[in-house]
Order: sequence, then structure tokens, then C-alpha cells
Amino acid sequence: MLGKEDISIVLCGQAGQGIQTIEYVLTRVLKLAGYNVFATKEFMSRIRGGMNSTEIRVSSEPVSAVVDRIDILIPLDKDAIGHVKTRISAETIILAETENISRVSKQSGCVCIEVPFTKVAADIGDKIYSNIVAVGVIAGFLGVDLQLLNDYIRKYFSRKSDDIMNKNIEAAKAGHKLGCDLTDSGKIKIAVKPDANIKDQMLLSGAEAVALGAIAGGCNFVSSYPMSPSTAVLVFLSQHAKEFDIVAEQAEDEIAAINMAIGAWYAGARAMVTTSGGGFALMVEGLSLAAMLESPMVIHLGQRPGPATGLPTRTEQGDLELALYAGHGEFPRIILAPGMLEEAFSLTREAFNLADKYQVPVFVLTDQYFLDSYYNTAGFGLSDIKAERHIIKTGKDYRRYELTKDGISPRGIPGYGQGLVCVDSDEHDTEGHITEDLELRVKMVDKRLEKGEALIEDAIPPQLVGPKDYRTLVICWGSTYHVVDEAIKNLERDDVAFLHFKQVHPLPKETVSYLEIAEKTIAVESNATGQFAKQIKLHTGIDIDKKILKYSGLSFTVEELVVKLGGLLV
Amino acid sequence: MDIKNFDMGDIDIAWCSGCGNFGILNTLKKALSELDIEPTNLVLVSGIGQAAKIPHYFRTNIFNGLHGRALPPATAIKAANPALTVIAESGDGDMYGEGGNHFIHTIRRNPDITNIVHNNMVYGLTKGQASPTSQLGFKTPVQVNGVFLEPFNPIAVAIALDAGFVARAFAGDMDKTKEILKKAVTHKGYALVDIFQPCVSFNKINTFAWFKEHTYYLDGSHKVGDRNEAFKKAIETEKLPLGVFYTNASKTTFEENIDTYKEDRRPLYEREVNVEKLRDLLEKFETLI
Repeated sequence: MLGKEDISIVLCGQAGQGIQTIEYVLTRVLKLAGYNVFATKEFMSRIRGGMNSTEIRVSSEPVSAVVDRIDILIPLDKDAIGHVKTRISAETIILAETENISRVSKQSGCVCIEVPFTKVAADIGDKIYSNIVAVGVIAGFLGVDLQLLNDYIRKYFSRKSDDIMNKNIEAAKAGHKLGCDLTDSGKIKIAVKPDANIKDQMLLSGAEAVALGAIAGGCNFVSSYPMSPSTAVLVFLSQHAKEFDIVAEQAEDEIAAINMAIGAWYAGARAMVTTSGGGFALMVEGLSLAAMLESPMVIHLGQRPGPATGLPTRTEQGDLELALYAGHGEFPRIILAPGMLEEAFSLTREAFNLADKYQVPVFVLTDQYFLDSYYNTAGFGLSDIKAERHIIKTGKDYRRYELTKDGISPRGIPGYGQGLVCVDSDEHDTEGHITEDLELRVKMVDKRLEKGEALIEDAIPPQLVGPKDYRTLVICWGSTYHVVDEAIKNLERDDVAFLHFKQVHPLPKETVSYLEIAEKTIAVESNATGQFAKQIKLHTGIDIDKKILKYSGLSFTVEELVVKLGGLLV
Repeated sequence: MDIKNFDMGDIDIAWCSGCGNFGILNTLKKALSELDIEPTNLVLVSGIGQAAKIPHYFRTNIFNGLHGRALPPATAIKAANPALTVIAESGDGDMYGEGGNHFIHTIRRNPDITNIVHNNMVYGLTKGQASPTSQLGFKTPVQVNGVFLEPFNPIAVAIALDAGFVARAFAGDMDKTKEILKKAVTHKGYALVDIFQPCVSFNKINTFAWFKEHTYYLDGSHKVGDRNEAFKKAIETEKLPLGVFYTNASKTTFEENIDTYKEDRRPLYEREVNVEKLRDLLEKFETLI
């Protein structure tokens, strides 16, 4: 039945069965057809086998968060239903081939409709086309125009042979007919409405938004070692390297990666590294080097559960403290944590400007859930794109570490001007040469820390969502923005607001005033110890009353937060 | 160019009196001044160790980074601004021990930089432990029974990886070392110069006299383009050859392989974000082509 304006479609099967192709093609077709669409996946750390699922939400209103409930399930394997059984209810409709319908589905009372994806594909020529049959079925019952579907399939397979392209078009068409039959016969009712404006919106993933933000920030050097979930950013920048004058290099290890990036900044490039917790752990000495050289540095840290190798393909916000305390010695840093795609773009771009302006390391802290999720969003503003430049042409008597009031010494680069640029990992004099003058040492420490004051002044304020006269304030940061937002909306309370932090360090100075007026504060974090709540306590003295923490490796879902937050509200 | 341009004036130098580093410092200054390389256009990159202090005694641009990590920033500096002359210089512990992985992969990457390694077969800065090139049986306060690890052979490794320029010099022979250094710096691509150097404080075995006795120069009969011949020379142990073992000038450098420089030779700092192209790229996320 259905008839809702917001439906959750889940595809589940083994790695290698082509779920990603379905997700990719379907989300694009739906966006082009003017539907609000959101997609996220959970997958096992293996190339073949295992059990993976993708959730695609299609809605009349914008949706950007993962839900537990499954409205339509398409199991592509006999074990698929078992994998998502806790999410199946009497409301769920399962579209499947007979052999993929298990007992679980019958127990839950859901509706099972047999759809012969493989048989239709085989009739066309090969069961390999069953994925595109599935795309066609979903597009069909959602009412997507067949021509639009065909056009996209043609584009998608344009590099393949005519035969493959035509067979896929045929598969999509056959699927589309099956999908239309489902609505014509009344087996499925769809109430989701398209919106013409969505056609002009962007559809992209968190990883793409980070990479685009880097380009907008003038990134022209990236050196990294592949590591889930951060690799997509390296891949994107490598693929667009030629177009945007980027030197993209896969380093032999993360140690080389960050040391290269520091060398690149030294010679005038705008460099970044992209990594995850384990890789960043190897970069830690390099981070300290950046601090000592007062080199700008941008680190994209895509978090996944640890310790050690942890759960390579899962999500967590467990590395805030790692980013915060990494590196020997004392030095300032900035940690940004985008909550939405637009912020991933704007904050990554800003990370380059902040790093260059203050000559400090800047982190962009994301996680697997954020990086691997897609949704449609309004286009990113480009009107004010101009990478800020803080490089000076050196004079003959240039001294790299000139002592200044604000601790920021004008940054020269070798080969630009008459001066010499000397940097040293040892404590150094104003010229950049090794020193053991202990009075100078104190001045240099003060100089480096002095910048910390300005970083607080310049901190990006948190965003309050909800009534200004809240009684309960929910606190979150980074990737949990949308899920907290939707959960609180569903609670329909006029006394609950949430405060989302886009900059988690240094803590924006507005923080205290928001917390002070709340009767109750609740922190929502995807980690086991409430790392951000600890920072709030440390810097404001305020204890967060309650914490909702999750560290299973999966993101919070809307329903889960509705229940947990609801339970804490009186 | 006048060699004095590289002089730091009256500075305090941390090396022991009689250290081979002095000879290498002066020889390198001579080689670079004869090549007319301006201090403003040169970057000396080093790691940590006694040899790694060399940039501080040299009036030029310097990047004295972390232990073992001279090669990655040196590679990146050259890649960010190919007009600079970049030399990565450190000791055997720094380059072959702590930085061993970078040594291997920098050769594979082939940036147009010169890699000078002061090889005294001992750790000086930490006061006398074995280095990767310490000879078998070499006793130290840590290697109490003498070194039993196979000594690292940088020349053989570099030739095995088809490094474009592989040479060994001796700090006790300034003239020949200078000529080798000049060839290395002018070689297009990665160039390794391993320089034997006595450590007067912590290596009482491999002394100036020992090196004199245990080395000989490759003569005109050695074909530097023959990799097999070069490898044979590299694994000789009786007497250790000096000079240029191997060259391969046909290799494409890292910078030449970077698309960014194929049509535009400007360094990265002179380039701006291409907003038009970015707008086009963003549009592709709307049209989904």
C-alpha cells in the first residue's frame, strides 16, 4: 500500500551484486526527475560477498538523514532479508524474486510482491541486467518519465558498446513497465511529489563536497595514502588534477604524505592530506612539524571506528580527541566539523584560508556516514570565491620568524623575492636557524601560542536550530546535524532546540551563553565517551546533563533519536 | 658565482673538530658556486642528525625537517616550484634507517633533486650506535656483540631501482667529490651521492686511513650506462669503489610526469583557482552528466 510523501527504499545484497550501480543510477534519475533524494549505505569491509545495504529516501520535502524503517525492500540475495530483519514491519513492501523471500518476511506480516528481476534480465540477454531492471521498477512505480530514464541510462552506459547500452535501455524499460503495473494495479500507492526546482539543485556526496571545497580553497597539492573512508577525496582531486592545476600524489605512507604537504606549503602550494584515524596517527609527528615550522596545513580526517584497524567501512565520531591532542609540544590548531554538504564545501574552502592566514594546522573532521551519503542540495555559492593569499615577496633581510604582536610572521617562500626562507624543526631564532637560547625559546613558544587568541575570536559560531526560548538544548557536532534536526522536528516540541557546532576547537565564545539558559542539556555524539561534551566541560565548566552516545559503527537513525531524546524530555 | 655568497659568517658550528662534515660543506659550496646556483634559488632540505645540520651552515633557503623525512618535503618543494634547485642532504641513519621507505620510493618517483648522504657508518648525534651501514662486527654500547645485521648497501639498492644517477664519494678527497656533486646536481632526475665520511668521535674503525685503504676510484673502463656492470661494482666488498657507478638520463622526472606542468611551467604559487572551471564542475552535479 504506502501512500506516504516520504518513502524509504532499501536495497540489500552481497558486495559485487551491483547495489552501488543501482544506488548511483537511481539517485541521479530521481534527482533529474525532481524528487528530493537521500542515499546512504552500510557495507562490510570486503570486495565480494558479505551483506551490504543502501537506503534511498525519496520525499516531497528535503530529506538528509537515515531512517530505520523500510517502506520498500528489494532483497537481491537470499540472506538479504535476514540482514535487515529488525527494520521490517507490517508496513514494509518487499519486492523480490521468490527465492529471496524468506520466512522472516512472513513473520513480520509485511507484503511480499514477486518481481522477476533476474528472469526479465535473462530474457533480455543476461541476468547481469537485473540491476537496471530494478532501477526501472523503482523509477516506474515512482512515476519517473520513461524518456528521462532512457536518456540517463544512455548517458551512463555511453562508454560501453552499443549492444550493452541498448540491452540496459531495454532492461530499464522492462523494469519501468513492471513498476508502472505495480501502481496501476493498486499494489503500491505513491504520494511523493516531484518539485521542478530540484532539477536545478546539485546531487553529491559528502566526500565530493569536501573535495570541491578544497578546490574552491585553492588546493593545488594533495598527497595521501588510501584509507577508507577518506580515499574518495583523494580520488576526486586526482581525477580533477589536470583541470585545476593540482599536483596529486599517492605517497608511500602517511608519514611521507604529510611531510610532502608541508614541503609543498613551504614552496608556495596550498596543500592538504586526506586520511582516517589510523593514517592520521602516522601523521602525528608531521602535524607537530607543521606547528613548529608555523606551516599552514589542511588535514581532512574522515573518521571510522577504532582503535587500530577497527571497523574500516563503518562510522564514528571517535577521533575528536585524537585530532585535538595529536602532536608533541604545545601549539594552536583549528578543528572544523561540517554538518551538511554546503558546509563541507564552505568549511573545507575556509580551512585553506584559515591555515594560510594563521599558519596553523586546520582539520576538517568528517566520518564515513557523512562522506558516503548523498542528497540534493541548493548549488554552492561561488560569487566570493577567491583563495586568500598570505604569501609575501621577501626583502633582502627577510626573517621568517620575525616576532610580531599577534604572533603571525609574514610568510615568504623560496624563490620569490630577495630573501632567504629558513625553517627548522628545532627551536629556532627569528631567521629560522637552530638555537638553544632559552630566552628566545620562551619568546617563540609565546609567539606560537599567541595566535590561539585570534583563533578564538575568529571561531565559527555554533548554529541554533529551534525556538530561542528553549528549555532543553541538544548539543551535537559534525555529521549528526540532519539526523538530530529531523528527530527533533518529529518530536514536535516547542521547548527543545539544538545547537550544532561546525567548529569544535577552539570552542566558539558564544557557547556559554547558549548553555547557560538551558534547563537541560543533552549531548548527541557518535562515540562512547562523549568527547565533545568533555571539551565543553573543560572550556566552559558546564556539565552536560545527559548524553546519547552511539558507537556500534552505524550512524544514529531518526527513529532511534526520537525514542532516546523523547525519553529524556519531560 | 662567488662562493662567499653561501657563507654564514661567524657562526657556531656543532661538529667535532676534524669531522668529515666540514669537508663536505665546503665542497658542496664550491660545487654550487661553480654551477652558478644562487642562494635564493636553492633549497637545502635535511632531516635530523649531525649531517642534517649542514643547512644551518649554508646561506640559502633551508628546510630542516624531521628525522628520516628529508626526501618527502624535498620532492614536494621541487613539485611545487620546479625552478628551484633542491638538495636533500642528511646522514646514513636519517636517509637509510628512519627514512628507508622514502629512500626507496623517492627513487621510484624520480624527482629532479639531489640526494646527498653523509655515510660514516655510525650514529653520531645519539653518540655511537650502529647505523644501517655499520659494518659486520662493529661493536657499540648497544650492539654489544658487534653488528650482525647485513649492512645496507645504498648503491646496490639505488641501482636495483634504476635510479638515474648513482655515485659514491669520499669526504677526504675534495676535488673528486666536487666533480661528482656537480654531475649529480646537473643530472635531470633523482641523483644519489653517498659520501664516505670518517666520524672522529664514534667510529674508531672506519677512519680516514681505513677509507683510504679500502676504496678505489672507478676508472674510464667502467661503463656508467651498463646497469649490470654497475650492480657488480656496487656489491664489491674487498675494496669499495668510488665515483659514478650508474647513470640513466632517459628517465622522465616526477615533475615532467605531472599534468600541471605539461603546458604551463609556472610554479603553483603563481596560480589562482579557476572559478569558471569550478562553476562548470559544480554544474555537472546539477545536470548529472
